[in-house]
Amino acid sequence: MSATTESPVETHEVGYAEQGNMPLRPAKGSKLMGAAANYIDERTSVSGLVKEVGRKIFPDHWSFMLGEVALYSFVVILLSGTFLTFFFQPSMAEVTYNGSYVPLKGIDMSAAMQSALNISFEIRGGLLFRQIHHWAALLFIAAIGLHMLRIFFTGAFRKPREINWFIGFVLFILALAEGFTGYSLPDDLLSGNGLRIIDGMVKGIPVLGVWISYLLFGGEFPGTAIVSRLYSLHIMLLPALLIAMLGAHLLLLVINKHTQFSGPGKTNNNVVGVPVMPVFAAKAGGFFFIVFGVIVLIASLFTINPIWNYGPYDPSPVSAGTQPDWYIGFADGALRLAPPHWEVVWGGYTVSFNILVPIVVLMGLLATVAFYPFIEGWVTGDKREHHILDRPRNAPTRTAIGAALMTLYAALWAAASSDLMATHFKLSIDQVIHVMQFLTVVGPFIAFWITKRVCLGLQRKDREIALHGHESGRIVRLPGGEFIEVHTPLTEYERWTLVSYNEYEPLMVRPNERGVITPVERVRAAVSGFFFEDRISPVTKAEIEASHHDSHGAIDAGDSHH
Amino acid sequence: MFSSSKATATAGRKRVGRRSPLATVSLIVVGLLTTGGAYALFTSTATAETGSGTTSAVSQDKVNEGQKLFAANCATCHNMSGSGTTEGPSLIGVGAAAVDFQVGTGRMPAAANGPQALEKPVQFTNEQIQAMAAYVASLGTGPSEPQSKYLKENGNAANGAELFRINCAMCHNVAGAGGALTEGKFAPSLKGVSSKHIYEAMLTGPQNMPVFNDMNITPQDKADIITYLKYLEKNPSPGGFQLGDLGPVSEGLFIWIFGLGAIVAITVWLTARSH
Repeated sequence: MSATTESPVETHEVGYAEQGNMPLRPAKGSKLMGAAANYIDERTSVSGLVKEVGRKIFPDHWSFMLGEVALYSFVVILLSGTFLTFFFQPSMAEVTYNGSYVPLKGIDMSAAMQSALNISFEIRGGLLFRQIHHWAALLFIAAIGLHMLRIFFTGAFRKPREINWFIGFVLFILALAEGFTGYSLPDDLLSGNGLRIIDGMVKGIPVLGVWISYLLFGGEFPGTAIVSRLYSLHIMLLPALLIAMLGAHLLLLVINKHTQFSGPGKTNNNVVGVPVMPVFAAKAGGFFFIVFGVIVLIASLFTINPIWNYGPYDPSPVSAGTQPDWYIGFADGALRLAPPHWEVVWGGYTVSFNILVPIVVLMGLLATVAFYPFIEGWVTGDKREHHILDRPRNAPTRTAIGAALMTLYAALWAAASSDLMATHFKLSIDQVIHVMQFLTVVGPFIAFWITKRVCLGLQRKDREIALHGHESGRIVRLPGGEFIEVHTPLTEYERWTLVSYNEYEPLMVRPNERGVITPVERVRAAVSGFFFEDRISPVTKAEIEASHHDSHGAIDAGDSHH
Repeated sequence: MFSSSKATATAGRKRVGRRSPLATVSLIVVGLLTTGGAYALFTSTATAETGSGTTSAVSQDKVNEGQKLFAANCATCHNMSGSGTTEGPSLIGVGAAAVDFQVGTGRMPAAANGPQALEKPVQFTNEQIQAMAAYVASLGTGPSEPQSKYLKENGNAANGAELFRINCAMCHNVAGAGGALTEGKFAPSLKGVSSKHIYEAMLTGPQNMPVFNDMNITPQDKADIITYLKYLEKNPSPGGFQLGDLGPVSEGLFIWIFGLGAIVAITVWLTARSH
């Protein structure tokens, strides 16, 4: 089932940590350091933890740092957010603005909006902090998204990491909730419009909707309570949950060890990389400041959420170009794509399918993402641990499902900017919407099919290169008159990455111990067939040996099981 | 040649202040009647005199010149008499303000029929535009060009901003960056549009825009709105580059492409092996 050729090099599991045992003359300050360390260790027994965490090995690959980006953005958000809490007033009491922004002078607004404007215009550094907080939030969720894609497409969610994937998903949802509550706090026109859309969605839920809405807003929308309630959630409950989940996420990361891409010397039982102490910690510390620096650079140069343009919330105006922040865009797009007049009156009650269907689609998309590791685990029936990452092409069906989900997400997300696409590309907004509706419904299937075919094609190409080497373009005439192209053989290192991957076969329907084939088993076999019917087997050792004897042998010999 | 009637009346009031106020009024009425009558005699059409103020009487030469220009450039769609065809609407009663806006921003003459006429380089000199405006104004009563006192950009920006958010932002965006309408129509960006043209647009409702007449938004309110828009133009965002004032979409695009792009480039650099 697993890798079919022997690892071509000896694995050498020595990290930097073990090389640090050379006798060194103690430096001047080290006696004091040692005494301090001993003092602390005798009282906390922390050395075991430091040893465990300090020796955790991190493999080196750029895509393994995306989670770190999210973590560091979150730290920036905490720091800048704390500053903002010193000055923000989460109150909807009506006041008259008399600050320094001329086009709002004398306008009535809530205390929340006034304090947000004061942070922007009166408090030294306030606007920079607001922009750092907001830009960092956008980067936080974008980094989470990219991190999740990396985990998904490399199969890093497989056993033993399914739980951690789910925790990561919860973190993603918490980050969305944090983002949305924060977006709603300044009580400007944009945030009020966003809340009104959420209010409308909630009210679209039959029977419960109106009750939930009144509970949420403390009466009829918008009421005078929502900002202070969202504020409590935004700065207390949600961050507490987020930090707790983040702790669990990182703890499991240490317990499960880090995954690695396959390569010579890398096996399912080792991790090749550098230990946390000292190299990785130094690198990571530096990287934190780089991320911080990039955020501050962006925040100091580019405006984000100019609440002074939007003005205070008033339920009547809705500006053109009213969109949520990018991470809620897919929900906004889903609403935009719902066909109009999709309401039915049943027994005097209106059922709004134009709200319910988007909600169901969104929930379905999120649930698929949340539970995918468990679904795939059930389909493959694979109970082994996996610490070597898949190349996306070597799991064609998973990669294709990922591409389909991404297409669905992208179509919904893009639909949220339908108006801007129309104006900037000189299109009719109606046509944009229709194209997006098509892409939402049909696009995922097209993406699935194309991606799967591309993956299989790439696997086939890998297989041929593994067996016959690279085409050199050099044509040679043999003494017998035959022309052949000389192929450059691969080194064993190169071949290793091409041939070492898992192959799954469709599960056979088997009766259980009572001799019955359960319907669940039938479904499982059908899904397994869907996953693994089309596949390219890894090159076997025998095939490689055969190819050495007969350098232009049958290429398609192993291209089996169709 | 008939422009002297009102001037005479006001001058008269100054010179002989002891006359009763009624005398002045009656003098104006007589003056207006004379002017109108003379016009009716000479051209058999009445010049538009509007409530909004400017009583710059128009010379017949100008109207005639405008008529020629109209016949050469506009009549294909709007008909020789300006009464409209299936290709273009009637211009009777649209007033000088409409002509000044449509031709003055290059929207007219339209290059092709479409969801709405697009802004283009202006095709005529100001004098020619004024002539056509005078001719169209002579076809029927309509709004005339705004008084300059409303175009000075010194009104109440806060009042203008609030009016703008309530009446204009749903199509033109809170920062005047423009927005989409149905079937390929759109509300254009208001950046760089002259005060006069903004005023005329509100007054006449060009293309797909509704009319905001003086009962709806008073001339002073219009002046406030113009003040606000010009404030936005003259005072760039205190937060830095504005990314087109398009709101969260451009912000999201920016963070994904430039923010995350920069970060990913850095991660690749940090993990690169030296060769």
